[in-house]
Amino acid sequence: MKTIKSIFALLFLSMGMVSCSDSTDDPMPVSDNPLEAFNLTSSFEANGHVLELYSDQDGYFLGYNEVYVRIKDLATESYIPDATIAWNPIMHMTDKTHSCPRSEITATGDATVYKGYIVFQMASNTDEYWELNLEYRIGGTTYNVTDQIVVNAPVNGKKTVNVFTGTDNVRYILAMMPFAPEVAVNDFSAVLFKMETMMNFPLVADHTITIDPRMPSMGNHSSPNNEDLIFDPESGSYIGKLSLTMTGYWKINLKLLNDNGDVLKGEDITEENEESSLFFELEF
Amino acid sequence: MKNKNSSGTGLRSSMYVVWTLVLCIVVLLHQKLQAQEPVPVPTMDSIIPINLEEVIVISVFKRGISHKSQPKPLSTLDQYLESSKKVSMIKRGAYAWDPMLNDMTSERLSITIDGMRIFGACTDKMDPITSYVDVSNLSEVQVKSGQQGAQHGNTIGGALDMRLEKSNFKSLGWTGSVETGYETNNASQIVGGELNFSDARFYVDTDIIYRKADNYTAGSGEEIAFSQFEKYNLSANAGYKVAEDQKLLASFIFDEARDVGYPALPMDVSLARAYIGSVSWIQSKFVGSFKNWETKVYANTITHVMDDSQRPDVPIRMDMPGWSDTYGFYTQTELSVDNHVLMGKLDGYYNRSLAEMTMHPNDPNEQEMFMLTWPDVRTLNSGIYLEDKITLKEASLKFSTRVAVQAYNVADRFGLNSLRIFYPDMTQRQTRVMKSISAHYHKAFKGVHFSGGLAYGDRSPSVSEGFGFYLFNSFDNHDYIGNPDLKNEKALESHFKLALPLKNLEIGVEGNYFHTMDYIIGEIDPVLDVMTIGADGVKVYTNLEYANLYNVSLDMAYKITSELDWNGSISYHRGTDQNGRNLPFISPVDYRVRFTYGDGSFSGSLSLSGALEQNNFSPDFGEDRTPAYTLLSLSMGKSFSMGQDRLYAKMGIENIFDTYYSTYADWNNIPRMGRNFFMTLSYAIN
Repeated sequence: MKTIKSIFALLFLSMGMVSCSDSTDDPMPVSDNPLEAFNLTSSFEANGHVLELYSDQDGYFLGYNEVYVRIKDLATESYIPDATIAWNPIMHMTDKTHSCPRSEITATGDATVYKGYIVFQMASNTDEYWELNLEYRIGGTTYNVTDQIVVNAPVNGKKTVNVFTGTDNVRYILAMMPFAPEVAVNDFSAVLFKMETMMNFPLVADHTITIDPRMPSMGNHSSPNNEDLIFDPESGSYIGKLSLTMTGYWKINLKLLNDNGDVLKGEDITEENEESSLFFELEF
Repeated sequence: MKNKNSSGTGLRSSMYVVWTLVLCIVVLLHQKLQAQEPVPVPTMDSIIPINLEEVIVISVFKRGISHKSQPKPLSTLDQYLESSKKVSMIKRGAYAWDPMLNDMTSERLSITIDGMRIFGACTDKMDPITSYVDVSNLSEVQVKSGQQGAQHGNTIGGALDMRLEKSNFKSLGWTGSVETGYETNNASQIVGGELNFSDARFYVDTDIIYRKADNYTAGSGEEIAFSQFEKYNLSANAGYKVAEDQKLLASFIFDEARDVGYPALPMDVSLARAYIGSVSWIQSKFVGSFKNWETKVYANTITHVMDDSQRPDVPIRMDMPGWSDTYGFYTQTELSVDNHVLMGKLDGYYNRSLAEMTMHPNDPNEQEMFMLTWPDVRTLNSGIYLEDKITLKEASLKFSTRVAVQAYNVADRFGLNSLRIFYPDMTQRQTRVMKSISAHYHKAFKGVHFSGGLAYGDRSPSVSEGFGFYLFNSFDNHDYIGNPDLKNEKALESHFKLALPLKNLEIGVEGNYFHTMDYIIGEIDPVLDVMTIGADGVKVYTNLEYANLYNVSLDMAYKITSELDWNGSISYHRGTDQNGRNLPFISPVDYRVRFTYGDGSFSGSLSLSGALEQNNFSPDFGEDRTPAYTLLSLSMGKSFSMGQDRLYAKMGIENIFDTYYSTYADWNNIPRMGRNFFMTLSYAIN
């Protein structure tokens, strides 16, 4: 009996210890660098500042690039909060220059970190290069910096951005937003812009992008329960669901419909027509 | 043309041989009678109920009974099962046939080894449990129909319990035997041996068997490519008497098949391996008046590797390995009170089923395609079984019931997400309760036996039915998707059997009827797109409103002389759904007739078997009309005494006329084996 009692006592004690240790757990140490998980892709030095650009990718790539920006004051070695930043990427082609679709740069939860995205519709090459201009305003003073950046073609060669002219004679740019594909129903989204001028790319709202994922290596197998991409005004992107029944190479055939339901680009997949002229690719 | 002529001559000449032999048997030898083959429960007067049970005796040789009862001693277990009247076998090749009872396959049956639950690891049913044991391991297979088979697990169609062979403390000392066999059709070689020691306190039995076969040839000479197989099996059994009424037993089986071809399927098996082990404790006295207490714990693990590496021309290369591990126990005891014999059993098992598919794209730059076809389904089942046998005057009653709780857990996140493509709200876990209740009455009056019963039982979906992901069925050429929302399948069942002895003639009539509600079957979903290249569509498992299955059979046995018996049987089966649509794999009218001769050292049998045309076939499930066929087979055996030892030789011809045929149970109408000569030699050392 005595031993049983002492065993119980021990049990209670150990439970107490477990719960104590639970409650006294140290909070996660605050990382010095909130962008530690990202890659530094550029750092522009000018005006006594360093502008650091980060991406979750290993550089800039063709298609949709999410970019984080910080401004470091070289004098104080600290990052400057509450600045306003605007950017303008310019492609210097052999015969002309043009820009590309991009978002505004907005604040994030961390006052020293700013965020936006750029959709590069072409990669740099030996004769043609991208230049990124950043105009930033700190406490009433506007600064400017411009430098070259390299936009890489995707490593796996998969298509994630489409530039095309719709049946309405508008030139569109449609880019897939990156995600980690799984054998599951994936959240799937894209951004759509039109090219008004060589330098002006406004967001296009209220269209619809239908999706039909296929595996050409599996007799053009398709998956069930996909949801077409519908415009989400809050994020400014098109959001839907993409089912992937297995790993491997998928071609996501697309059709772009305007707000009247007219097809602007893309075709249905049938026995005779195995792919649409508008598509994304992914492989995992 | 030339070939045809020569085979025609072959046919005629073999006919002569046969008829001469028949004459030899019938004219030259006639004396007394004896019982024969599938040994029904011996008709002991009145006490033992006839449980609609059939016992397929396997190890007759070792028991010292003559080989007369088995026409082909070293045949595969599949062939033994097929020779039974109740069991039929779905064939996808020469190996690993899939047993059916009352026209129902494994998911509706309880198939056990000495009461142990074990589940195949192949998503395409290429490894029924019967393929992981061999005749060398077994003494008999007990076949029970419907809910009479609920002792070891929930079932709809019935149970097959393969009983392991054990020396069981008989004072035999050292015994051993060596066996070998050869079959001409597929150059099949069989070598086996066993070595046993048994005394009143301790026994150990060991055996080993090896089989290797090439492609077989169908009737009229067509070689069936990819029908080869190779397998070996080792087993050991031991028992120790701790006290006079306390026994500790252990058993272990290792079974491995390699390079198994499945000519009816697009894929083969490079490896099918099982480790099956158990430890049990048996005590004749238990607490109070309880007796015959038996407790067993067991574990088994199966690895099954399916691939198409040997096939010359496939749309895409794929590997489909699967694993199934089961751990379980049961404990049971009996109590006799007045004229009641009560039996209670608690059991439980835990199974883990995982299978995957990797497809290798023809473009080498593309990444492999991978999916989980069984998403690591963990099944935990615990049940209780109660039985009451009541002895009445010249009659008996038996009530039995089983209640089990079964919990599923889709353990793999990848697999769960895959299934959620189809069922977005699917939960990771689910629990089901299964019930079984049955009543069986047996009356014996002046040698006439009547038995009949009513029962109700249900079953939960199998892993494939509940959680399968794009499982290709090459028979109806559809991909199958499991359905976690399936309801349990429930059957109301009735059965009867009447046995009438009329002097030397014994007539038996038997019938089984199953009204199965929420019958689980795959139905086409036109919205879904096929995965397998070349498939016609996708089916999703669903519950039919109901299906009706019934079968009736007539059996006759006639003792012509004391050595020569005749027996014949004919059966009729039917299965339809609520709309009168035919169900697949329902036998057409099937018959068999056999003469058996045995006079102690010499034995012989001549059998005729066949089926009528299958008219009630199911085109929705890939079936077509199967033509009628008739086969004739012959076997002869002789045993020689050599001092203490005995040598037994048996030879025979199967499908004497080299008939080209396939049956309703042959996957994709794969033709069966043509003429085959076999010979076996067994040498028993005492």
